[in-house]
Amino acid sequence: MKICVLIKQVPDAGSVLRIRDDESWVEEDKLVFTANESDSYALEEALLLKEAHGGEVIACTLGPERSRQVLKDALSKGADRAIFLHDESFNNLDCNGLAKVFAKVLEKEHCDLILCGLQADDTGEAAVGPMLAQELHLPHVTMVVQTELLDGGLKVKQELEGGWFRQVETSLPALLTIQSGINKPRYASLRGIMAMKKKELRELSATDLGVPATELAPMQTLQRIYVPVKTKETVYLEGAPEEVVAQLVDKLANEAKVL
Amino acid sequence: MGKILAFIQLDDGQPNRNALEALQGGQQLAADMGHQLIGVVFSASSPQQLQFKMDEIITVAAPELEHYSADTYVAAMAQIIAAEQPDLLIAGHTYQARDWLPRLAAQISRPLISDCIGFQKGAQITWVRQVFQGKVHADVTTGEGLAIVSFQAGAFRHDRLESGSPAIRSQEVDLSAVEVQVRAGEPFQDTKAAVDLSRAERIVAVGRGIGDEEKLALVRELAEALGAELGSSRPVVDYGWLSHDRQVGSSGQTVAAKLYLAVGISGAIQHQVGMKNCGCIVAINKDANAPIFEIADYGIVADLFEIVPRLTAAIKEHRSA
Ligand SMILES: Cc1cc2nc3c(=O)[nH]c(=O)nc-3n(C[C@H](O)[C@H](O)[C@H](O)COP(=O)(O)OP(=O)(O)OC[C@H]3O[C@@H](n4cnc5c(N)ncnc54)[C@H](O)[C@@H]3O)c2cc1C
Ligand SMILES: Cc1cc2nc3c(=O)[nH]c(=O)nc-3n(C[C@H](O)[C@H](O)[C@H](O)COP(=O)(O)OP(=O)(O)OC[C@H]3O[C@@H](n4cnc5c(N)ncnc54)[C@H](O)[C@@H]3O)c2cc1C
Repeated sequence: MKICVLIKQVPDAGSVLRIRDDESWVEEDKLVFTANESDSYALEEALLLKEAHGGEVIACTLGPERSRQVLKDALSKGADRAIFLHDESFNNLDCNGLAKVFAKVLEKEHCDLILCGLQADDTGEAAVGPMLAQELHLPHVTMVVQTELLDGGLKVKQELEGGWFRQVETSLPALLTIQSGINKPRYASLRGIMAMKKKELRELSATDLGVPATELAPMQTLQRIYVPVKTKETVYLEGAPEEVVAQLVDKLANEAKVL
Repeated sequence: MGKILAFIQLDDGQPNRNALEALQGGQQLAADMGHQLIGVVFSASSPQQLQFKMDEIITVAAPELEHYSADTYVAAMAQIIAAEQPDLLIAGHTYQARDWLPRLAAQISRPLISDCIGFQKGAQITWVRQVFQGKVHADVTTGEGLAIVSFQAGAFRHDRLESGSPAIRSQEVDLSAVEVQVRAGEPFQDTKAAVDLSRAERIVAVGRGIGDEEKLALVRELAEALGAELGSSRPVVDYGWLSHDRQVGSSGQTVAAKLYLAVGISGAIQHQVGMKNCGCIVAINKDANAPIFEIADYGIVADLFEIVPRLTAAIKEHRSA
């Protein structure tokens, strides 16, 4: 089984975000970056499938120099090799463009399975997975919370809204988008980290891939980002912890009358 | 005159609520842009309830569309788009829409602006979407030609839909060549939920901010003192710290408690949709910019470990007084 996992590097959930003066994006210099949460679950699922059925796990990311780290982490956890898509011209890709670039790389890899996260925690378009499946003419299943390999195919449990699920069967090769909670992502072991240093991490540019820039021109433009204007009147309780607690008990008892 | 197609997702023949909200957005867009608004249902007949102001409703019937599949939905909509040449295709950002709209956008090579919370009119429409899980908003525009836009649950209000009696037109599609590659079974729920949070009067909900499974005891004690059920955000369930029936949100339970106390929960939209209708919402979070404060009645910006034990003690004292 040959599996490729797409891992995006995103700011850590606990990051304090500062918007650039020109409102084009957030200041990145003080941010801590990490692998997108659902992508970490996708990587673990790939490693579990490989351990159970044999094969190879390839980790792939596209992004600036800093994002090389998510590949090193994936290699340390047990991925066999990594592909780093890195090029100035990739900076302005929209999700259609990203899917085209990933398709260029993956059409040569002939994977049995491609795993994505269900959405990126930063820009959250929830689009790249199904778009890539379309580019590669592969079947896809979104929001997968369990996988089981069948003879020549795959049975997965798909999450639906409101606590509902269903079983879905697909032929292979296929693309899945993985929902969080599907497994327990592992930590890298010291041995894994040592082994990582000897593994292949291949960097590819737009020229290497032979994707014409015209095909990648974004069809959408990010005009600006900003902190949303608050619409609800929240009563903030301030002071030392004891005071805050006393105020809250008073409000709940006498104003909201919910105690 | 331009054209807006509004895809109206039907669940067991009934219009999906999120789709109706998007339709209300469509009515606003049509008025602002002077465009036609055309509903599209993948069904032989238009459901009775669709008595809303639209220029028409297109019904699309084909045996292949009776059960949802991304392959047939994409093929059918691509044919409708080719016939109608719309400027916009809008839909609710449902799980189903997440599954097939990106695939459609890739197939016809058009931009997808997903999960929008609104728009601003101007020389061109600016779409507003959340980034960084709602902490920041982004304005996005597209160039000429068809754009596909999905709207977040609650972006517009279905109870503000203008009524009307649109003409109904059926449109043929040919899906005989579509190979359905994915076969889905019937929806099911896991073991019957042991806890029914939807009936709880008070809920203390805990999020990833608790940091550690052992620390859950702190919020358990608070819940006990308040006579509240314990609820949680998704990560706490993902980590296996609490069972799935404690999860509040779009993939968990929807609750309407009189008191909802959110501890260490950031308030991502998928959590908010499950609890925003609670009577009194209290948020304890150390990040003043956490989106949970957007819907909180009372906010405490502080370290939860400083607040929660003291709050438990104060509640006990209040109750015994
Ligand atoms: C004009 C414009 C300007 C932008 N500017 C910036 C910017 O300055 N900085 C910035 O960070 N973003 C920027 N973005 C957003 C960026 O282009 C998005 O990352 C892209 O549109 C894909 O959407 P998403 O990340 O929300 O992916 P989703 O569709 O939500 O991702 C789903 C899954 O796809 C995979 N995936 C997605 N992207 C990658 C990746 N890069 N590497 C590996 N796997 C991936 C992962 O498995 C992920 O879980 C900009 C977008 C536009 C349109
Ligand atoms: C399709 C889909 C379905 C989903 N369904 C659901 C769902 O049903 N329910 C759900 O909840 N989520 C759901 N999610 C996930 C959702 O997007 C968020 O990721 C999730 O709600 C975040 O949980 P959280 O607030 O606990 O964690 P985080 O977003 O990590 O927030 C933790 C918060 O704790 C605060 N904090 C940290 N330490 C402290 C401290 N010491 N004191 C005080 N505050 C502290 C931080 O400031 C932060 O705001 C879904 C996502 C998707 C894509």
